[in-house]
Amino acid sequence: MATAAIEIENLTKDYPFGFLHLKKKTSLEELTMSVEEGEVFGFLGPNGAGKSTTIKLLVGLIYPTAGTARILGKSISDISMHADIGYLPEQPYFYDYLTAAELLDYFARFHNLPARERKLRVDAMLKKVGLETARKIQLRKYSKGMLQRVGLAQAILHDPKVVILDEPMSGLDPVGRREVRDIILELKQAGKTVLFSTHILSDAEMLCDRVGVIVGGKLRGVGAPDEIVRMKAQAMEVMFEYDGGAAELQCLLSKSTQTGKRYRLQVPEAELYAALQQLGHAGARILSVTQVKATLEEYFMHLVAADRAQAAAVEVSGK
Amino acid sequence: MSRVGIVALNTFREAVRDRVLYNLVFFALVMIAASILVGQISIGIEQMVIVTLGLSAISVIGLLIAVFIGVSLVSKEMEKRTLYALLAKPVRRWEFLLGKFGGLVLTLTVNTTAMAVGLFLVLSLVRRSENPVAGPVLVAVYFILLKLALVVALALLFSCYTTPLLSILCTAGLYVAGLFVTEMRNFQSETMSRAMQSLLHGFSYILPNFENFDVMALAAHGRAIPSGLIALNTAYALLYCAIVLAGAATIFARRNLK
Repeated sequence: MATAAIEIENLTKDYPFGFLHLKKKTSLEELTMSVEEGEVFGFLGPNGAGKSTTIKLLVGLIYPTAGTARILGKSISDISMHADIGYLPEQPYFYDYLTAAELLDYFARFHNLPARERKLRVDAMLKKVGLETARKIQLRKYSKGMLQRVGLAQAILHDPKVVILDEPMSGLDPVGRREVRDIILELKQAGKTVLFSTHILSDAEMLCDRVGVIVGGKLRGVGAPDEIVRMKAQAMEVMFEYDGGAAELQCLLSKSTQTGKRYRLQVPEAELYAALQQLGHAGARILSVTQVKATLEEYFMHLVAADRAQAAAVEVSGK
Repeated sequence: MSRVGIVALNTFREAVRDRVLYNLVFFALVMIAASILVGQISIGIEQMVIVTLGLSAISVIGLLIAVFIGVSLVSKEMEKRTLYALLAKPVRRWEFLLGKFGGLVLTLTVNTTAMAVGLFLVLSLVRRSENPVAGPVLVAVYFILLKLALVVALALLFSCYTTPLLSILCTAGLYVAGLFVTEMRNFQSETMSRAMQSLLHGFSYILPNFENFDVMALAAHGRAIPSGLIALNTAYALLYCAIVLAGAATIFARRNLK
């Protein structure tokens, strides 16, 4: 049985606001989930959903209002846990008076690495993130994408067992995104646990063993990407040719997209047989029947839309 | 090296690279101008004028650095979010805070030492009076450093829970109030109620006493500074800094870094 690298139980974060801080806004509501050792876990959600809040809680930048979390069996309040984790903040910014090599050396010192080892690791990391030639340039002259690469390098510099990345693809061009994907896959091959948040669903589909979708501070679904999209009702697409005018087909034709004599019709899986029978009786020529694969994006958008509808309903009933 | 030391050295490196030590050029210009002017207008008291001017410049320049950079030590890191990656490393928040404090005190020590060397160079060029001033001036410079460390601790405390501008005002206000603790302690007025006088009296003991660190007049006249005062000021500054830093660490440890 796989052991959990990250265990989160009823983690809640409220932010007080207003006069005397009497009101509160809940950023994260009773989040319970776990990430197994050696797993790549994608944390998905729209802006303000609670992804960064969860990550900041895990690395100790903010404190939970309620609930607990453990990383590699240690409480998130235990400072020794930090030796085993690597963290890339969202839109990272570092000491701009340092060069990339100096920054990495500075961070490596906190892990008690001897000077020789530090130098070897810094060189290897700069090579890994493609910043070898820019190693002596002060970070104030770096582009956003370059800073993101430095951020990634500092997160994995000390060979942590758990890597937590907040929007690692943000600000990167397609080449940079590909390189980050390769690094995450390398980490997976090395048996590391990776938790990353992202807006880019195709990356999550490609990289993750499991994803968690968080909307409005609540976890709405967890599972393997293909498993999670299967939860959504599947549709079938029927391509057919027809040039008649049978009245019983009018209902189906009105739901179809027409290109010349050709029609494309989407029906729920359960209604496929009836639709095919109807088409056959009317003399339509069936060209193809294919399953429409729901994407993670569709699932994600479905959850976001449901959350917005619910929020709007609450607002209306509140009035 | 300890984690506090690592942060401190990086803070020092930041100050150097941000050209904080360029103020030494300004100090050098002040001292050169002073040595030329003093020779012409203050016959017989050159040494006294130069010591007073030099120590005042060391104090004012140090105070400006201590307040303005002290306030930005933590607030800049929070605003730019540079400490996010750092605090995810095995570093406790109090270690970070103490490192920042140590780094700025190290910067001020280097800065003040360089200015003191400049002051002694100028003193070596003017006619000497009967009383040698080297010893008292050294002690006065040491007291300035103690005072600056205390100001940095206060700036750090305020910047842990309020905005940079308010922190500057609070630190500067507390410094000015700390220069008048004796007056506050002995203040008597017929129009003031007894309760108010007691409150003022109590406050005078809580406020940092910056008066005790001012021995400029003694140094300028080449009078020996009692060793008891040196021990007392050292103990006072260390204790006060420890209390203020403990307060800052407590506040900072609870802070959510949104």
